[in-house]
Amino acid sequence: MLGAFVAYMAVVWWGLDYWLAFLISVVTIGAFGAVLDATVLRNVIGQPQFAVVMLTIGLGAMFRTFASVTWGSEIYTLPTPFGGVWNVGGVTLSHQYISIVVGTLILCGALYLFFNHTRVGVAMQATSQNQLAAYYMGIPVKLIFSLIWAISAGVAAAAGILLAPVTLIDINMGLAVALKAFAAAVLGGFGSIPGALAGGIIIGLIELYAGATLPEGFKDTAPYIVLLIMLAVRPQGLFGTLARKKV
Amino acid sequence: MAMSEQPILKVSNVETYYGPIMAIRGVSFEVAKGGIVTILGANGAGKTTVLKTVSGVMDPQKGSVLFEGREIRGMDPDKVMRLGMSHVPEGREVFPFLSVRENLRMGAYTRRDADGVAQDLETVFGYFPVLRERADQRAGSLSGGEQQMLAISRALMARPHLMLLDEPSLGLSPKLVKDIFEIIVRINRERGVTILLVEQNANMALQTADFGYVLEVGRIVMADTCERLMQKEDIKEFYLGIKEQGARGKRRWKKRKTWR
Repeated sequence: MLGAFVAYMAVVWWGLDYWLAFLISVVTIGAFGAVLDATVLRNVIGQPQFAVVMLTIGLGAMFRTFASVTWGSEIYTLPTPFGGVWNVGGVTLSHQYISIVVGTLILCGALYLFFNHTRVGVAMQATSQNQLAAYYMGIPVKLIFSLIWAISAGVAAAAGILLAPVTLIDINMGLAVALKAFAAAVLGGFGSIPGALAGGIIIGLIELYAGATLPEGFKDTAPYIVLLIMLAVRPQGLFGTLARKKV
Repeated sequence: MAMSEQPILKVSNVETYYGPIMAIRGVSFEVAKGGIVTILGANGAGKTTVLKTVSGVMDPQKGSVLFEGREIRGMDPDKVMRLGMSHVPEGREVFPFLSVRENLRMGAYTRRDADGVAQDLETVFGYFPVLRERADQRAGSLSGGEQQMLAISRALMARPHLMLLDEPSLGLSPKLVKDIFEIIVRINRERGVTILLVEQNANMALQTADFGYVLEVGRIVMADTCERLMQKEDIKEFYLGIKEQGARGKRRWKKRKTWR
């Protein structure tokens, strides 16, 4: 949401190019994520994970309020360079939607490569698996945490901008999507990027088919029903793994 | 082993707390460069706390920790590690979802010399051939003994000057314990890595190390060469489990110490 707002300011108020605005927004929000980690979130390291969850929910509420004070509660449209439509075999695809799909694929690919094939990326995985051992390896754990927050914030900003033409920009734009994304992540298995993609596609299909075939109202609830079944049957998700620590 | 040189590690009067509880009460000891030093002690004696205090995971309230003549008390563990001290934690603590090879690469995280890292990778595969076989498996799928080998190798990948080993024998079969201790001696002799070993398996530790300290309830109660420690009655009875027969062939009234 904040990312989309920043991009909107850059494009509409300062008259910058869309791509430049995109870049500015991702970088600023990423930096903001790192600062947030260094100042606020670092204090709950070592506390139960739930503390982090509560803290981020709280911060989210704060930012929404902040946004509504700064930008008001109107709904903005972000002008994009994706205006046209493509006709592929009788199916009309707007460039806008294609831009979202392509953007998502690029983001996922980049993240996947980063986490599996760079030294810092693997170190991030290592840190998430065993913080203490990461310290013993000389991995600067605090810096890694800040970087992780920067990356997540940057990715969130990019997602917000990609999504902006569809949902329009307002202070609640991320909420419904985030909830569905959560369902997708659980379905695919936490911590697995291919899993998250597959989960997203499955949730999307379920939603559409439920809307088309089931009575009204099921469209929005079907993903959560699937989520609940999934949690009961296979809590690790489709691609996730649960491993117990050996002693 | 030149004992006259300046010690690589000198710990003086260190006191470390878990909240209000004093876990180590004014501990002082030295580790000579190039040697193997062991700290013996029962459960809860504070052995792990001593190591954690040295490597910077826990900060002592009092005292000083000198590593190669440099005060490292209160430093973050990643900085201490960069100075050349590797810590093999109790319970191995490998990265379960990374492959064995990635785990080893993480051990060399602080190094930039790709050639040297590749060379050291070969060296540790030489020490523990089973790790080469399992190089692309997830570390979490290894057995306990293999994980211990991985943990030691991972620490070695940083080319440390000093290696802290926290109970490498924990949960391993006697045969495996013997193998691992042989490698520890080889690492010390061949690579000149100074070793500080914390153990409950006193027999193994005393045979491996040159010098030993005995820690009880947070205090060092004895310090001597391992040869002499092995001869002491108390050590024999409480740490080596050799029972003296009383006059009437009964056990002495004191409870015999036991190991896991």
